[in-house]
Amino acid sequence: MKFERFSSQAVFLNRENIDTDQIIPARFLKVTDKIGLGSALFTDWRSDPAFVLNTPAAATAKILVSGANFGCGSSREHAVWALWGFGFRAVIAPSFADIFRQNALKNGLLPIVVNAPTIATLPADALFTVDLLDQTLSVDGDTRILFPIDSFSKTCLLEGLDELGYILKHEAAIAAFEKAGTRA
Amino acid sequence: MPPKTLYDKIWDAHLVTPETDAPAILYIDLHLVHEVTTPQAFEGLRGRGLKVRRTDRTIATMDHSIPTISRSLSSVDSQAADQVRRLESNCREFGVQLFGMDDRRQGIVHVIGPELGLTQPGQTIVCGDSHTSTHGALGALAFGIGTTEVEQVLASQCLLSRKSKNFAVEFDGALRPGVTAKDMVLALIGQIGTGGATAHVLEYKGSAIRSLDMESRMTICNMSIEAGARAGLVAPDETTFQYVSGREYAPKPKDGAWDRALAKWKALPSDQDAVYDRTVRIDVNSLEPVITFGTNPGMSIPITGHVPDPSNTADSSARARLEGALKYMDLKPGQQLLGHRVDVVFIGSCTNSRLSDLRSAAGVMRGRKVNPAVRVLVVPGSQEVKRQAEAEGLDRIFKDAGAQWREPGCSMCIAMNGDQLEPGQSSVSTSNRNFEGRQGRGGRTFLASPLTAAATAIEGHIADVRSLGGF
Repeated sequence: MKFERFSSQAVFLNRENIDTDQIIPARFLKVTDKIGLGSALFTDWRSDPAFVLNTPAAATAKILVSGANFGCGSSREHAVWALWGFGFRAVIAPSFADIFRQNALKNGLLPIVVNAPTIATLPADALFTVDLLDQTLSVDGDTRILFPIDSFSKTCLLEGLDELGYILKHEAAIAAFEKAGTRA
Repeated sequence: MPPKTLYDKIWDAHLVTPETDAPAILYIDLHLVHEVTTPQAFEGLRGRGLKVRRTDRTIATMDHSIPTISRSLSSVDSQAADQVRRLESNCREFGVQLFGMDDRRQGIVHVIGPELGLTQPGQTIVCGDSHTSTHGALGALAFGIGTTEVEQVLASQCLLSRKSKNFAVEFDGALRPGVTAKDMVLALIGQIGTGGATAHVLEYKGSAIRSLDMESRMTICNMSIEAGARAGLVAPDETTFQYVSGREYAPKPKDGAWDRALAKWKALPSDQDAVYDRTVRIDVNSLEPVITFGTNPGMSIPITGHVPDPSNTADSSARARLEGALKYMDLKPGQQLLGHRVDVVFIGSCTNSRLSDLRSAAGVMRGRKVNPAVRVLVVPGSQEVKRQAEAEGLDRIFKDAGAQWREPGCSMCIAMNGDQLEPGQSSVSTSNRNFEGRQGRGGRTFLASPLTAAATAIEGHIADVRSLGGF
């Protein structure tokens, strides 16, 4: 699946260190497929009717904005599947936990690193445009914020490249490595 | 040649292709598999018509979803039972060796790897589980991966990876009685924060690490991920070699295999003048037992300390974080945790369920009774731990004290199998995460060492083991 430019409103979670147990609690990890997890996203926090994900605007938002160290804790890729299933296509945060970031990139969910002071200036009701090709986040069509991403991940997302296919193209090198080492 | 760290050496030795604009292709020596994070990966292989490339480097067990009250799947819900059966059928179909529920080698994946000698110095090890960092205690580069990566490793025995930075943690000094490896790692996370080591690999060094036994080193490496680290490492030494020697999958003396392995392992420690991107030093001489009070493992205090007061915190986001944590944990600013009533004590998990952990808890509980208001679960990390503990009579000590002695599994660390807190209940737990709802929806978790957990079980409220003795 290719990552396309899109515009959307955002949901703001003003909280740091949001761990994957909050994104999707372990009791939802007994599934054996990837689909249908959107309904379990932040399920315990959503039991509060005032929680931001329960607002009508959240239902159509494709962008989640969070505090630093988003996705810390468990390696569960279910966290990404749940965010995707709910409709999110990008998460904006000052930093991401390593495993979550990897999982997100592998599922077409774009982790956008924006520093905390800049996030604090983002208007809650704006229309945001995410352009991966330009690596920009636009606010109501003008303010453009540049965000970093490594060129390999960018290409994979834009072209919908399959990482396993990429690894398997190196079969000769893998076989040579196995033969050379004591690993054979 | 420039000096290298232990991490540099293991990384370089496993490069199939180096890192350029594209990530490196890193060869994986050992892939550990469990029931929760793999069904979708096997399904992916099936969809692509791929096989498991190296069934000889892939080992499966079940630990998260399985019952600990008995070995009958009728004691977990049908979804958990289905997941366990799915692992069985996937392993059969793809030819992966499985240590199933009734196998003598079954256990928590991060307990059995070292225990069976599967985990060895210098290896690369992955598992769809963030606590894979545990295996770093033996000087192996071990880290957790997502399910897409599990599929990649099953198919190719390789991963796309970018090199992390080197972060040295120097623990110096001698631990005082009643203070353990768990307290050391909680103190570290408290100091650098729950995201303090993101994008780094930690190497634990110093005299206090050298004098720890292997199981204590595992406890420390296990919680590397709770500081956000990609992995945690301890350089292999005589303690390591003695631990590995003679284990089921360890190299054998026959044909010189052990000597060849040993020669390689002895070259692994970081070069003397190796450079680290960051270094933190912690003096353990004055360290007290540590306990968490909040909702991430970085929120901790010495056991005799007071819960911080948010009004003393200048930074507004830190203040909000603290206020939220105290509200969830139902604690008052400035209060002591000593004497705080708890409902459950959980002794187990990949952090603290090994024989030495059970011995230290049993030492405190021997000849005493647990407070009748507290439910106490002791869950050994593996069948082997369980056998050894029973051979020593530790199970009798626990049962005589009024604790439950269970079958091996992850149990109440992750609360997937029915072992869980009820809403509003509190636990002192030897596990690794105190996130909201981690041990059951609405449950409140205080992380601590097995000594502190055992003392709490006896007293019925959070207690300082140093006032009880028995350690």
